[in-house]
Amino acid sequence: MSSRRSGGSRMSDDQIADLVSKLQRLIPELRGRRSNKASASKVLQETCNYIRNLHREVEDLSDRLSQLLASADTDTDQAAILTTLLI
Amino acid sequence: MNPSSLKSRFTTRFLRALTKINAHKPISSSSPGPGEIFQRYRRIKVAADKSMAYSVRSRRTWSRATLWRLRTRSPRSRLATHARRSWVKTRSTRAASHGKEKKEDGGTVEAEELRELVPGGEAMDLCNLLDETAHYIKCLTTQLDILDRQECTSREL
Repeated sequence: MSSRRSGGSRMSDDQIADLVSKLQRLIPELRGRRSNKASASKVLQETCNYIRNLHREVEDLSDRLSQLLASADTDTDQAAILTTLLI
Repeated sequence: MNPSSLKSRFTTRFLRALTKINAHKPISSSSPGPGEIFQRYRRIKVAADKSMAYSVRSRRTWSRATLWRLRTRSPRSRLATHARRSWVKTRSTRAASHGKEKKEDGGTVEAEELRELVPGGEAMDLCNLLDETAHYIKCLTTQLDILDRQECTSREL
């Protein structure tokens, strides 16, 4: 793997290209592209958008969970057990 | 990263935190006020982030940065925030010069944006930033998965 410690090491373009394509595979927006891989700046752009969306979804779910917990009388232990079983 | 064990570590911590949060419900509440719900929302969000960062432990820069940020949230630790800011400044100037060397094609502009989104990103060089981002995204999606399941389960009850 790439050496993380050496701050002074020169990053090869291949290394960066590898990492960029790895990122591209993670992003749903870009994953479907059968054609040439997207440019690095496009990948970074879409990554930023994707992360913002994920953050928003987490906030949204946390919000919905807080509403649910507020209205529920049953303790979360039951929910906890069920959720663990689902994994 | 072993996804199944990360998932189970995160789930265990998160559910434990949720139980604690739920235990703080005031007994007399017939219908909780919006302030209370907001507080609970904050606690749940923090619990989700904390659980994820703890599950990854200090193996990743972003998880270390998250844990630091969560620990130094309180006003008591203003000193720690100052210390952290100067540390970040030194490292980011170093990192920025590395980044500019390599990418002339505008990659740095988007990289700067990404640095703001990934915890601890401001102090990473481009290579590390890309690597950390990939891991961060995987963890975020795991987090979302569990939150989603928890919501579904809570609805059923």
